Amino acid sequence: MLNAVIALAVFGFIASLGLAIAARLFAVETDPRAEEIEDALPGANCGACGLPGCSELAKRIAEGKADIDACPVGGESTAREIAGIMGLDFAGGAEKKVAVVHCAGDNTLARKKYYYNGIYDCTSADILFGGDKACSYGCLGLGTCVAACPFDAIEILDQGIAVVDPEKCTGCGKCVQACPKGIISLAPYNRSVHILCSSHDKGGPARKKCKVACIGCQKCVKAAPEGAIDMDNFLAVVNYDEEIPEEVAGECPTGAIRVARPGRKILEEVLEAETEGGKR
Amino acid sequence: MAAGFFGGVHPAYSKEMASGSPIRKMPVPESLVVQLHQNLGAPPEPVIKRGDEVKRGQLIAKAAGFVSANVHSPVSGKVKSIGMYPSPVGSEGEAAAIIPDQQQEWAEGAGDQSDLSDIKKKDIPELIKEAGIVGMGGAAFPTHVKLMPPENKNIDILIINGAECEPFLTADHRLMLENGSEILEGARLFARAIEAEDIVVAIENNKPDAIEKMRELARGTDIRVEGMDVIYPQGAEKQLIFSLTGRKVPAGGLPMDVGALVQNVGTCYAAFQAASRNIPLIERVVTVTGSGVREPGNVLVPIGTRFGDVIDFCGGMREETVKLISGGPMMGVAQYSLEASVTKGTSGILLLGMDEVEQFENRACIRCGRCLEACPMRLNPSALSIFAERIEYDRTEEYNVMDCIECGCCAYVCPSRRPMVHHFRKAKAEIRKKARG
Repeated sequence: MLNAVIALAVFGFIASLGLAIAARLFAVETDPRAEEIEDALPGANCGACGLPGCSELAKRIAEGKADIDACPVGGESTAREIAGIMGLDFAGGAEKKVAVVHCAGDNTLARKKYYYNGIYDCTSADILFGGDKACSYGCLGLGTCVAACPFDAIEILDQGIAVVDPEKCTGCGKCVQACPKGIISLAPYNRSVHILCSSHDKGGPARKKCKVACIGCQKCVKAAPEGAIDMDNFLAVVNYDEEIPEEVAGECPTGAIRVARPGRKILEEVLEAETEGGKR
Repeated sequence: MAAGFFGGVHPAYSKEMASGSPIRKMPVPESLVVQLHQNLGAPPEPVIKRGDEVKRGQLIAKAAGFVSANVHSPVSGKVKSIGMYPSPVGSEGEAAAIIPDQQQEWAEGAGDQSDLSDIKKKDIPELIKEAGIVGMGGAAFPTHVKLMPPENKNIDILIINGAECEPFLTADHRLMLENGSEILEGARLFARAIEAEDIVVAIENNKPDAIEKMRELARGTDIRVEGMDVIYPQGAEKQLIFSLTGRKVPAGGLPMDVGALVQNVGTCYAAFQAASRNIPLIERVVTVTGSGVREPGNVLVPIGTRFGDVIDFCGGMREETVKLISGGPMMGVAQYSLEASVTKGTSGILLLGMDEVEQFENRACIRCGRCLEACPMRLNPSALSIFAERIEYDRTEEYNVMDCIECGCCAYVCPSRRPMVHHFRKAKAEIRKKARG
């Protein structure tokens, strides 16, 4: 009995000695700031910074290889916290951005060209004649962006169209990449006037395919401050650097321009307006 | 001759609807929409503009690069517009809308007779390229590319593909019965170009009359006619080579890597037309069939004719038609519009009634492994479809989705009715997109 205890004690001592030496010999120097930064980061591991995960970004920031505001999800508050850890000044970063789906042509407003009975996924539908919507630019509403969103910020409305919740959206841009139609883009959080159409079709055909299409009439371009709305191949495009008065939206004859106050879902406003008998 | 290749399926052939009806020539329709990008590879560049007068057989789009094909006007008339029109392969493409005139004059030089034996060997690929000939079995791969193998590739066997394993279609069958000697002339031209020693005409045993006819025509020559076991996809290039010669085309490789060249019978006929009469590829035989069409048959159609016009020529569509497919039921593409027009690769227009079509729910894979037994490429469709579903495209690539020939055998046998080929097409498209950057 005693022999066994002594033998185990000796073995234990030798093993611990080995571990102690190994710990010294093979020690990996880590920056303690990296751990702190990782704690400050959102921890969603979404990959929006372009790196495999939050810990990788934390390491890069600690090494000075990445900017302190490199995490688009955390935004300003995270950047400020990281600045504190790194002992740097944070001058105030870019404003918060949120995703906007530039299409309002839901199933009640946009024509379909065929009955799609394939895989429930926009990329799959897109292979077959660009999807079932008559408009080749429109939202297919099969939720590829919803699947891609790490923050559960996108939903497909019953009418078959994707809508972003700006409160949940962190501007990581995953949906922008996932959308096979390329109709999602990031817009500043505090901008309220959006053009919810991506169709480069000429006025006549565009209108035939969808009731809320941009027909390229340029009324909004004239009503908005100079340079705030540009025309790009029969499509009006908002320049988000400029402030646009909300009245401009009223100029649109088809209702392709929508107003969404910060924090509200764009089509939420539209649905409310509809119940109040507003124009669609 | 044994079937040889692994896997395959036995779908109902349903060829009797159209196999007995001789090829009828369709008159020039009131207007045509000629797709410019009808070939596999680079889209050719238009050389005409709106308002131009064109003659029959005049070049309207020029091949852009080596793997590309010329396009010619199938009629004489006026170019109404050049714009985006539905193409039967599943997208919209740039096309020329042409309004034919009354005269139907040939372009200069077109229709001139010449003796095949006068054509020099080295001029053959150029002649085929000028005529805009592509593989007419469906894939529409530019034929001249196949005729110009790199120096180190020695091709010893030319296989003339008359297998026509796709159900419903009978265009190749009728062409062999009615224009067999022209097909053999075209085949000899190809054989001369690549210095092939053997010419084999491969026909599935479900076309005994075609086998007999071709044997009769080939009697006394060195051309062999082989009856092939009836199994789908016997007519797929790689499977056909294996069945006939036992040679395996390596993954990602071409038939020329194993010393073989495969040409569809329609392609041979087009080559004959180009060489002997200087007529470019401006028309093709299309099988119009299925319970949805009143008078099923085989029609010689000017390329660019709208599906609707072809169907009207065949007595029109029945009301109970629920599905329109360009090509056959296994590999064809469902269409949403009668406005799509016939291209060089359109082998059939299939109109299916309610009793020929079923709608399936997409269910989960039960890992039964039937698709593994059916896949003639020996892939693992089950795993591939699951990876594609999970958007793990790099894993589909690892499992060689790029070798999939999209024959549809896996989907045909799947008890869960999974849209396998759709999954693979998506994965392939995404992998290609990634490769382009």
